[in-house]
Amino acid sequence: MTALTVRRYLAPPIDRREVLRYAGMRVPSAEIDALLDEVLRETEELFSFRVAHRAFPISVCGDTLSLGFAEVTSCDLSRALAGCDGVLVFAATVGGEVDRAIKKYALLSPAKALLLEALGSERVEALCDAFCADVKADYAEHGAAVRPRFSPGYGDLPLALQKDIFRVLDCERRLGISLGESLLMTPKKSVTALVGVKGELL
Amino acid sequence: MNILEYIKDHTLFLDGGMGTLLQAKGLLPGELPEAWNLSHPDVVTDVHRAYFLAGANVVNTNTFGANVLHFDEEELDAVVCAAIENARRAAEGLAGERYVALDVGPSGRMLAPYGDLAFEDAVEIFAKTVRLGVKYGADLIFIETMNDSYECKAALLAAKENSTLPVFVSCAFGEDGKLLTGASPAAMVAMLEGLGADAIGVNCSQGPRALRPVVEEYLRYASVPVLFKPNAGLPRVEGDKTVFDVTPDDFANEIAPFVKAGVRAVGGCCGTTPAHIAALFDACHEIPPAPLTKKTDTVISSYTHAVFFGESPVLIGERINPTGKPRFKEALRAGDIDYILREGLSEEEAGAQVLDVNVGLPEIDEGGVLCELTAALQAVCALPLQIDTASPEAMARALRIYNGKPMINSVNGKRESLDAILPLAKKYGGLVVALTLDEDGIPEKAEGRLLIARRILDAAEKYGIEKKNIIFDPLTMAVSADKRAALETLRAVKMIREELGVHTSLGVSNVSFGLPAREHIGAAFFTMAMQSGLSAAIMNPHAAEMMKAYYTFRALSGQDENFLDYIAFASTLGKAASVPAAAPAKKEESAASLREAIAKGLGARAAALTADLLKEREGLAIVQEEIIPALNEVGEGFEKKTVFLPQLLICAEAAKSAFEVIKARAVNKSEGGGLTVVLATVKGDIHDIGKNIVKLLLENYGFTVADLGKDVAPERVVEEVLRLGAPLVGLSALMTTTVGAMEKTICLLRERAPFCRVMVGGAVLTPEYADAIGADAYARDAMGAVRYAQEVSESL
Repeated sequence: MTALTVRRYLAPPIDRREVLRYAGMRVPSAEIDALLDEVLRETEELFSFRVAHRAFPISVCGDTLSLGFAEVTSCDLSRALAGCDGVLVFAATVGGEVDRAIKKYALLSPAKALLLEALGSERVEALCDAFCADVKADYAEHGAAVRPRFSPGYGDLPLALQKDIFRVLDCERRLGISLGESLLMTPKKSVTALVGVKGELL
Repeated sequence: MNILEYIKDHTLFLDGGMGTLLQAKGLLPGELPEAWNLSHPDVVTDVHRAYFLAGANVVNTNTFGANVLHFDEEELDAVVCAAIENARRAAEGLAGERYVALDVGPSGRMLAPYGDLAFEDAVEIFAKTVRLGVKYGADLIFIETMNDSYECKAALLAAKENSTLPVFVSCAFGEDGKLLTGASPAAMVAMLEGLGADAIGVNCSQGPRALRPVVEEYLRYASVPVLFKPNAGLPRVEGDKTVFDVTPDDFANEIAPFVKAGVRAVGGCCGTTPAHIAALFDACHEIPPAPLTKKTDTVISSYTHAVFFGESPVLIGERINPTGKPRFKEALRAGDIDYILREGLSEEEAGAQVLDVNVGLPEIDEGGVLCELTAALQAVCALPLQIDTASPEAMARALRIYNGKPMINSVNGKRESLDAILPLAKKYGGLVVALTLDEDGIPEKAEGRLLIARRILDAAEKYGIEKKNIIFDPLTMAVSADKRAALETLRAVKMIREELGVHTSLGVSNVSFGLPAREHIGAAFFTMAMQSGLSAAIMNPHAAEMMKAYYTFRALSGQDENFLDYIAFASTLGKAASVPAAAPAKKEESAASLREAIAKGLGARAAALTADLLKEREGLAIVQEEIIPALNEVGEGFEKKTVFLPQLLICAEAAKSAFEVIKARAVNKSEGGGLTVVLATVKGDIHDIGKNIVKLLLENYGFTVADLGKDVAPERVVEEVLRLGAPLVGLSALMTTTVGAMEKTICLLRERAPFCRVMVGGAVLTPEYADAIGADAYARDAMGAVRYAQEVSESL
């Protein structure tokens, strides 16, 4: 097991096409482009980018995995971690201000609320991508390899694993993310995931 | 000696970290440290003892996460009992003043509306721990590491309502000098002192140096002792261990200046050890404690910031009030909270610094609506609120759930009013607006009003309310009824300010009642009042003349540094009226352009064109012949996938702007009478964007929507369906985990409201899934929901 670490990131570059895709736009439109510009301008200061992570050695027995902080039965996860020696577990968030801004937009302009929802999703995914790219580079330097990330709720991996992840990453205190009764996260634009590691844990 | 007696003349030494020390003794990541009170009592006692020996007067029990979310009630009882016993045992045989504080950390859950924990549930969670602390003999309650002002209020309220012990409250501020949910130090001081905390301060999150600006603000504003318990710097990872940078000596040397500056209780948080506390004790115990000074600021707060009453007048927006506003009354009766929220947001935009909130209508449940609105406002608007109600019951409920230190509007000199309102002000901590009238009415002369003000101050003192927490409203009367009325009010403002040394507020609009071009009289009176020393005005921030009076007064009286505010204001003048007015065209052209404005999503233009058309045609005709066809065209495009969701929404918004214009004219006539649809995101789910889109579209198509919001219990949906006799319910769920709640809601509807049909939608649903949980219809998207609602409407 490695120590719990929190990393901060600067804003990753915004992928406008991805934002529009999340919002359901399939073709370009001048009006919507202008509206997105307005949303970007008004929400520039809204996001903060933080990731908490730590790594554990794992053992796999059929579809039952010992993750070092929890035991879980999942056919899909055991496939995703096949041949791995450990797992890096992480939680990423772009902060709670965006939730508040979405609520405000919902009153004043549902179209802007929709675009900000989409932007928030794009932001947290971009954060995960940036973090995973760093992890990949760090491990590659030590001759180790990492797998694509896998989140609770994907395939047959139970969402209940969220509870264990939250405990082991101290998400409330370190990132200000909290878990609701139905296992939803607040702030909404947050992600937890597992990354398989083949090689020595860093 | 009681700790509050002791702290009067001494600097209090607190303990350091617990978690890191237990980890060194074998506590595993993810294991609950509180369980060690029972499983490893000697280890816990040794840690406490080491802190006592290092010089601490107070140790916090190992109960940071000891609450009913982590332990069942029986376990919790045992954990708290053992925790207090372990700390007591550690003090055995030691000389000096040694106190055991019941440690209370955050619940770990986010409060509604952002999370799913209801405020009263949070109060009850903390109350259960507090009651055990009292039962097992803690000396004080130490609420710590709070990063949300609302949760902090819940914990403090629980402590005050369930014990008579001293309560210390400490918050964790981020690098930006604010709490996670946005509160500034000044806002926290205002709220926590108002609620009766005995000592307040800062812990965790960062090292001593980084927290300096936060602690300085606490010292500047707090009248109660300030405490400081920082980390040993920032955590750093070394191999597989987390280490902290600041050594015991550096830690002590960094904190000593804070003690000289007036901090009265010091200790450490994460990464600090008995060695840190020993060094701290050595460095600080001979520093003479700085005297505590009572601060005289008159201040209120929201969940983000404090507003001070002083030199510059405070603008209190008056628009959230049904008096004389038919459209507003209708929104209140219909439960259309969103309309009222938009009123508030537009006041904020216009420059209001506080919002008065009044929902007094005889036919509604005032307490319920006031609470709902207060909660909804503080979810989207950062301004402090002035709770305005004649009902003490409604006042009590709203003050309880307010996130910050509110204004309380109002008390007056009548015995009955004083006895009803002042205890509430004492308990919940607010700035009370006191009207200078009593059983005999409003004295004509300023001297009479001053006399009542004195009596109110005396009464407040008896209830333990300081005069800084009273602001007088000497009452504006219509000058048309008595030519000296304005002058007497202004004299009263001056006398109260000068002779009693308290602040004043006026509702300025009344002065012009009965006169033409009222805004000019109102603005001039406002200027005169500011010149007489008025601290706050309840006014309409959209009234241009009032804003001009405000900005020019500040510029002329030296309150506007470099005239920055005035210059910014001046640049907005003249622009406001530049809404693209419909060119005077033939009416067919106006109609065609209205359809086009909607199709292009141009809201302001659609509204202007609608106003134009209304001169010639009935509202209903415009809706049926122009707006609906325009919407239909867009809706069909959406179904054919040539128009996409964001485009559909901007058109729907433009249509809504047009509707608002029609609604404002037709407010007293009966509604279009569209079918009533109840909408809700089901229990446990907090995603509501899809539901909000459906709502907008349904309203566009003339349906009456009762929106229950998100995280709605099945019982609540049924209750509303029965109350309204609604023939259709729309339920939304995004997560697989909440589809169960959707099914439950449908079952309950079938049982109690069999007449009602149910449509469902949301990311995880499919037609098959909808069928399996017993829904009547699956709505693929917002247009799908509209089409089904139309189907139901036609079948009735």
